[in-house]
Amino acid sequence: MLEIKDIYKTFNPGTVNEKAALKGLSLKLEEGDFVTVIGGNGAGKSTMLNAIAGVWQVDDGQILIDGIDVTSLPEHKRAAYVGRVFQDPMMGTAPTMQIDENLALAKRRGKKRGLKANLSKEDIKDFRALVSILDLGLEERMTSKVGLLSGGQRQALTLLMATLEKPKILLLDEHTAALDPKTAAKVLEATELIVTKNNLTTIMITHNMKDAIAHGNRLVMMNDGKIILDIRGEEKKKLTVESLLHEFEKVSGEEFTSDSAILG
Amino acid sequence: MAFITGLLNSMPGAISQGLIWGIMAIGVYITYKILDVADLTVDGSLCTGGAVCVIFTLNHYPMGFALLMAVIAGLLAGFATGILHTKFGIPPILAGILTQLGLYSVNLHIMGWGTDNGSKSNLPISVDKYKLWVSSRYVRDLAGNNPMIVLVAFIAVIVFVLYWFFGTEIGASLRATGANGNMARAQGINTDFTKVLGLMISNALVALSGALLSQYQGFADVNMGRGAIVIGLAAVIIAEVVFGKIFRNFSLKLLGCVLGAIIYYVVIQIVLRLGLSTDDLKLLSALVVALFLALPYWKNKLLAKGAKKGGK
Repeated sequence: MLEIKDIYKTFNPGTVNEKAALKGLSLKLEEGDFVTVIGGNGAGKSTMLNAIAGVWQVDDGQILIDGIDVTSLPEHKRAAYVGRVFQDPMMGTAPTMQIDENLALAKRRGKKRGLKANLSKEDIKDFRALVSILDLGLEERMTSKVGLLSGGQRQALTLLMATLEKPKILLLDEHTAALDPKTAAKVLEATELIVTKNNLTTIMITHNMKDAIAHGNRLVMMNDGKIILDIRGEEKKKLTVESLLHEFEKVSGEEFTSDSAILG
Repeated sequence: MAFITGLLNSMPGAISQGLIWGIMAIGVYITYKILDVADLTVDGSLCTGGAVCVIFTLNHYPMGFALLMAVIAGLLAGFATGILHTKFGIPPILAGILTQLGLYSVNLHIMGWGTDNGSKSNLPISVDKYKLWVSSRYVRDLAGNNPMIVLVAFIAVIVFVLYWFFGTEIGASLRATGANGNMARAQGINTDFTKVLGLMISNALVALSGALLSQYQGFADVNMGRGAIVIGLAAVIIAEVVFGKIFRNFSLKLLGCVLGAIIYYVVIQIVLRLGLSTDDLKLLSALVVALFLALPYWKNKLLAKGAKKGGK
């Protein structure tokens, strides 16, 4: 479904701020794979997702989604294949537009937009039903501006928008990190529900090792712009936070840098 | 008493000017409020619209055609700024300034079209010789040729069309671009395209406003657009302050811009009657707009301070 072949990305090349973020990263996902990604700060996790989404072009290597080479496609064209939820709850929705208007925009992801009404009567009905599965009471506030919602509500809405038109691949970039623990658990629950129901091929970055172990069928660890560990199936089910930390130190030769990953 | 009658006498003129500049203010609303870009192209494209309209009328083309050409000229001006921004990577404010500067020469040549040296800074047009749709001469007449009738009709059509357009798929993607470009791209919206489109629509309205203004005042002038952005912004901000709480519907917000422009010109009339020199008008406008732009910033600062104290 997704094939990343040996991609490289260096930011600010030739300056003092030069940073090689991806150094020959390769990853292959089968249809229905739900991969959790962990790694220290600056390991290149978000950079990998941005490379897949096409926020910028990679320096070298190739990215294929469902057999189609998307390496040189601009971000808005890749959106036809990719659904995204960001770490910052502000990033995934248009705050000055209504809940139903945001959903209507998402419904046309990857399609041509013309001079038809953005929001049809059927849409309004469909969206109400759709939003009610989140169990946040948003179905009663469909014409509210999204800017009035809480961070958790916005993330849940962004998740719906990312999956409204089934994406070939769903990218979740620490989408619960900015939320309080209770809300984070709820959004994660909704994620599990939507991903399983639609059998979505998913990559989820998380700072929380427990979440990384509890969700998905595959766990990938990144360090220094590369994947250093790829655990799947039965082996993944047996993982514990301690064994994972131990594994990290063994493979990378360093200590895990993020406290929240251990404590969270 | 003389002050009051004099002021009342000047009201039809002030309202007419407000209606004309209100169309311009709607254009500014589209870039400043919807696209979240302060577009300075308008200082040039206002005159472009006027120059194109007058030159076609002087050459005996029908007024409808002359206005259409003015609108197309505005679309092109917005297109130029849009390309400078999206394809040349120039920040939008600077892109607008560049187009505006370039348009100064273009406007001189439009007005000098057919003359020996091909350049002119002022182009008069007489309402006696040509069929103009709006003229300040009839501003106090209670008859069909009163410019306010045509202007209100124009505004009604513009508000109706824009209300429809911003409810369509393309219109909504334009709004999303201004609200959150990141989200727009993630939802497959080509934000370069929507930005160029928004700038084009905005400048088309500004050029139309310029075309009506030059008819109204009986001439096009290369300096007629100087500081236009400030007047447009003033109208938009006045509308927000005065009607922000009651005008929630999009069409009402557009109408609010027109009312904002009318208020602006009424206030200008009052301060002029009170003895302010016309030479000082631009300074006054700049100060008023600066103050109103600063108000929300100061308010937030004060609120933040209060919150800090309250938290202790």
